[in-house]
Amino acid sequence: MTWVNVLVQGVLLGGFYALLACGLSLMFGVMRIINLAHGDLAVIGAYLVWVIVNQTSIPPWIAALLVLPVMWVAGYVMYILLLERSRRAGMLVPLLTTFGLAIVIENVLLQIFSPDDHSLLSSTGTLATSSVSVGGLSISTFGMLTLATAVVVLTGLQLFLSRTTSGRQMRATAEDPDVAELVGINARSVYAKATAIAVTIGGLGGIFLAIRQTFDPSTGPTQLIFAFEAVVIGGFGSPWGTLLGGIVLGLAQVIGAQVNPQYFVLFGHLVFLAVLASPRGGILVRRGGTL
Amino acid sequence: MSLLEVRAIDAKYGLLQAVRSVSLTIEEGETHALIGANGAGKTTLLRVIAGAHRPAAGTVAFDGVDITRIPAHKRVSLGIALVPEGRRLFPGLSVEENLKVAAGRRGDAAWTVDRVLEIFPMLQSRRTQSASTLSGGEQQATAIGRALMCNPRLLLLDEVSLGLAPKAVAAVYESLRGLIGSGTTVVLVEQDLGRALAVASRVTCMLHGAVVLEGAAATLTRAEITAAYFGVRSSPAVRADS
Repeated sequence: MTWVNVLVQGVLLGGFYALLACGLSLMFGVMRIINLAHGDLAVIGAYLVWVIVNQTSIPPWIAALLVLPVMWVAGYVMYILLLERSRRAGMLVPLLTTFGLAIVIENVLLQIFSPDDHSLLSSTGTLATSSVSVGGLSISTFGMLTLATAVVVLTGLQLFLSRTTSGRQMRATAEDPDVAELVGINARSVYAKATAIAVTIGGLGGIFLAIRQTFDPSTGPTQLIFAFEAVVIGGFGSPWGTLLGGIVLGLAQVIGAQVNPQYFVLFGHLVFLAVLASPRGGILVRRGGTL
Repeated sequence: MSLLEVRAIDAKYGLLQAVRSVSLTIEEGETHALIGANGAGKTTLLRVIAGAHRPAAGTVAFDGVDITRIPAHKRVSLGIALVPEGRRLFPGLSVEENLKVAAGRRGDAAWTVDRVLEIFPMLQSRRTQSASTLSGGEQQATAIGRALMCNPRLLLLDEVSLGLAPKAVAAVYESLRGLIGSGTTVVLVEQDLGRALAVASRVTCMLHGAVVLEGAAATLTRAEITAAYFGVRSSPAVRADS
């Protein structure tokens, strides 16, 4: 029974990682940019909701609905102001740009909010702590909500990419931006839209983060590493792969913790390294992922 | 007023000058063949017209409007569509998606997926297949269809027969003949002189980035074209008759 419980916890945790990883995967899939500020952008989402909840009597879920459009705009502006220019200078420059952005965000957050940690746990009532008993297992309600949100977001993203005009344009631009321009697609606006979607979903992940655990200005990089590992395990650029990668990472960490509580993070890293070292890892690197 | 007026275009790739002061006028409804050896600057000229390559000097006017500074995706909505060299389909998208992605959001378009499939019946059974699984001829048909979905007033075709089996070339040209008959203005780059002269009403021959011969297809002799094509003459001659 313990191990069944471990597997369930691992899958639920995987839902959270998938949510964090989704935007990272989308940005790489569409424009080959690895956004090193993704974790910090998620933490910005967490802080924004925390500020609204603390300054007003607005409940966290309404605050989240207010914050997500802000994240969208932030993503759009970030592409136009920063990434557009750096992308033109080659593959490596956006990596440096987002690295710099990550440092700026962390220090601005430190300046405004101090290094104290915060959490939304206390303001979400019983939701974050309640659980459902199923056949002797105790399953966290919030964990299930996180996984369900991840599945809905990833399904939505998949449907958006395969069914809508904007989604088709995004896939076409991802495959060949020059030709996309020649069939009337404004590649710049497609890229900005992809960044906006990625940052919005990242912000959503940050809000879930803020409810599951405490966060402070330096939380971002750790979350980035987990998200990055989930993306690599699942294969860059595919929404379903991202969900799978998140779940594999979650399972590895929970199984590690079961073996020895200290092995929680270690087992996740080992699975990540194993995937990179496997023949499939080589394929990932060569293909560079497709949508 | 001419549909397209290219004036004194210079185009460069770094230090290499691919197009040297080329001027070209295309009238509405004509089929204009752009011929010349490899490296003559034909593809670059088409890319300049489509907006995919920014010229170093000169202007491009479409329908009387200077479009030199207008980006490629906006030229598409003005009515310029390029079928790029090597077809360049979106390999991960299906045939239908390749066509639809070019239609944008306009609902009133003359060209629809069904109409494209009508003129390229070979694509009918491939509709939901990914573009990477198509044969060369089918890919070329999809690439032309994709350009047509932009509802062009000016269709630029770059080496549509390149790398295709003779049978596939014949099929593609058969469909093109229908398009040309329907009044679409076409500029085509073609290595195969016979094919080019058979469909074109006017011919421009380029050599080393410059225009060396221009005239109505019917009035130019094979010898004149061959001489211009290989640069046999010492002084470039431009025939301005029509």
